[in-house]
Amino acid sequence: MGDAFDEIWGMNGDRAGRPDFTPLAHWIASTPPAELDRRQKAAEAAFRQLGITFAVYGQEESAERIIPFDIVPRIFTAVEWAKLSEGLVQRVEAINAFLNDVYGPQKIIADGVVPPELVLTNPQFRGFLHGHKPPHAIFAHICGIDLVRTGPDDFFVLEDNARTPSGVSYMLENREAMLRLCPEIFHLFPVCPVDRYPDELRDTLRSVSPRRSASDCVCVLLTPGHFNSAFYEHSFLADSMGIELVEAADLEVDDDIVWMRTIDGRVRVDVIYRRIDDDYIDPLVFRPDSLLGVPGLIAAYRAGNVALVNAPGTGIADDKAIYSYMPEIVRYYSGGEAKLPNVETYRCREPQALRYVLDHLGELVVKLVDGSGGYGMLVGPTATAKQIEDFRAALIAEPQRYIAQPTLALSTVPTLTDQGIAPRHVDFRPFVLTGADGVNIVPGGLTRVALREGSLVVNSSQGGGTKDSLILSETPVQHQTQGFGGQMQAQG
Amino acid sequence: MLSRTAEQLYWIGRYVERAEFTARLIEATLRLDALSARPAGKAAWEGALLVTECDTDFAATEQPVTPRAVSSYLTLSPDNPSSIRSSLDMARSNAKSVRTALTRDVWEAINRAWLALRGLATTGSYEDTLALTAMIRAETRGFEGALNRMLRNEAYHFLGLGAAIERADNTARLIDVKYHLLLPEGEQIGGVIDRDQWTTILHTVSANTAYRWLYHDELKPWLVADMLILRSEMPRSLAGATDEIVQHLAFIGKRIGRQGEADRLARRRQATLSRTAIEAVFERGLHEYLEAFVVENAELDRAIAQQFRFS
Repeated sequence: MGDAFDEIWGMNGDRAGRPDFTPLAHWIASTPPAELDRRQKAAEAAFRQLGITFAVYGQEESAERIIPFDIVPRIFTAVEWAKLSEGLVQRVEAINAFLNDVYGPQKIIADGVVPPELVLTNPQFRGFLHGHKPPHAIFAHICGIDLVRTGPDDFFVLEDNARTPSGVSYMLENREAMLRLCPEIFHLFPVCPVDRYPDELRDTLRSVSPRRSASDCVCVLLTPGHFNSAFYEHSFLADSMGIELVEAADLEVDDDIVWMRTIDGRVRVDVIYRRIDDDYIDPLVFRPDSLLGVPGLIAAYRAGNVALVNAPGTGIADDKAIYSYMPEIVRYYSGGEAKLPNVETYRCREPQALRYVLDHLGELVVKLVDGSGGYGMLVGPTATAKQIEDFRAALIAEPQRYIAQPTLALSTVPTLTDQGIAPRHVDFRPFVLTGADGVNIVPGGLTRVALREGSLVVNSSQGGGTKDSLILSETPVQHQTQGFGGQMQAQG
Repeated sequence: MLSRTAEQLYWIGRYVERAEFTARLIEATLRLDALSARPAGKAAWEGALLVTECDTDFAATEQPVTPRAVSSYLTLSPDNPSSIRSSLDMARSNAKSVRTALTRDVWEAINRAWLALRGLATTGSYEDTLALTAMIRAETRGFEGALNRMLRNEAYHFLGLGAAIERADNTARLIDVKYHLLLPEGEQIGGVIDRDQWTTILHTVSANTAYRWLYHDELKPWLVADMLILRSEMPRSLAGATDEIVQHLAFIGKRIGRQGEADRLARRRQATLSRTAIEAVFERGLHEYLEAFVVENAELDRAIAQQFRFS
């Protein structure tokens, strides 16, 4: 992918940097790689000591690993961010409108915009919740929208994560590491802080409490437990918000009210930020074999006594089969074109598309409709002949389970490698909060980077790393260098 | 506070205390072993196995009682549920679950201790073992230091409660086993004693200097027993640990607004200890006294579990 767009160095790899990005390009060029390497190792040692680890499924020995951290940050200008945020707000508003519609009047189906069988027979559509409105009519309170970029102004949505998106702790911890290890960067340009995210999240949770008073409502974070790959994030967020981190065994439902067991009796729970998938949340409704769930939780939710964040059933909105209809869905609810376009997507369930996909397997990325984490995926250009033939057979057998997309020339960002600083492909996941008072996005996100040269797979389970993502502030703050006797001057 | 959180904090306190005690026991045993000619050395290691109640399980491994085999079993063996490694594994596993109730410092202290053992397969030579136990002691000191800087909330008191319960148990076991070994039947109290052995006990609870300060006397077994059982100035004594247990429970009770069976049991023990003279203990029989203490301590543990709705 030698022709990929580099976000700092531009198309032709000009190490002086694109306009607006010259300060960072200069920092990259003038900081010796050995020094960057030293700082990066210090950051990773700190992450290990903090226990910011994740578990890789199917690899028992390396049960606890840290996600590699890259010391070279990625930046977005204020103008780029403003454009992105507009698109994100529009997209997430459409997602919530869509969910209210399919679990309500189902107008979008009646109007023929989305095929009925794609919704109604989809395992992610929780039919028994049809007709139930969640508190404040919000389904997807937290969305992690995965974006990719191919050029200066070309951003695409790759995936809408509307169930239990993870990764926001990396946004926060990576920033802490950068502030400590590369403080000089923050003097080069004004960077929007991200550390108010936990406060915003807590406010979002409180705002959807079914009981009237938001000030004394009890919010908890429900985790599957410390063997879960994202447990660090669960505990980090609960801690930063000052709410209890509960496991299913800590909760009980009595007369459709949710209680948590404490050392001085039980306490009523109003809002549950659950980091457990629908399937495991209530064994009475979903999988009866699940030990992670709270029996009766869904009944309490349907009785309107507790808010679940995100609401059960949101999986229908980020399903990969629905994804391909997102431009139509956004247009249907917002009345305008999607400001953030989709990646062109072939729905293999459609015979014509399937034929095209089978003829171009070597150029396409093929994904399972219900897969995630980079599993069950074919990257045509880098696949072996055998992998391609295996996918061909699978596609012919069950075409409805797959979608295909062109292989995008994902943008790159300079990254520290064994051979010095080199471009590596990235994606970006900002976190979009929706509360009773509207949509709110903290200026930042998770940048994932494919550390292997040429690789397009950024998933942490497949050898990806992370970077800090700096959103530059619109109002420049000029820090003047001063001695002790002088004063710091801020010009706004 | 969640009942589960309280339970896990309590057990973190117990496991870290247990790891530290075991490290001290090994250090003291190494010292004793170095001072004595075989087979006295072997007896020292058998004593260490008895104190930690590992004698049967160790025998089942069919290894000979050698310094290396026993110290390895007590420090690194994953098969020994009370080895330092197992204790730290469990402390860390609990700590991971209750990260939100711990400060960063406390978590890091536990995690560092755990990381330090992770790559080690054997204890190695005498010096290596000493270095290892010194490292464990340093890490657990770091843990105690981190505890000290914690907010004095329920989390702090459940951690402290677990540590104090464990400490009472460990000290009682230590005196019991050592006394048996050292004072064979028929031996008169005040008779000729093995000075090295008694110094070893004091080393295990790091009380050599404390003894001189308290008694201004040469080592006498009943004075050592007095110090480790009845002197509340001595943090590792049964009386000292009991005072701590009472205080932690009282604080938690105050926060919750009521007390329970555990408070009553602990206060009763405290009152009994304060009225007891060491002569009475010896009249009853030291072994019987300590055995009863360990049983009573386990009852207190159960009362705590019930009172705070541990699972």
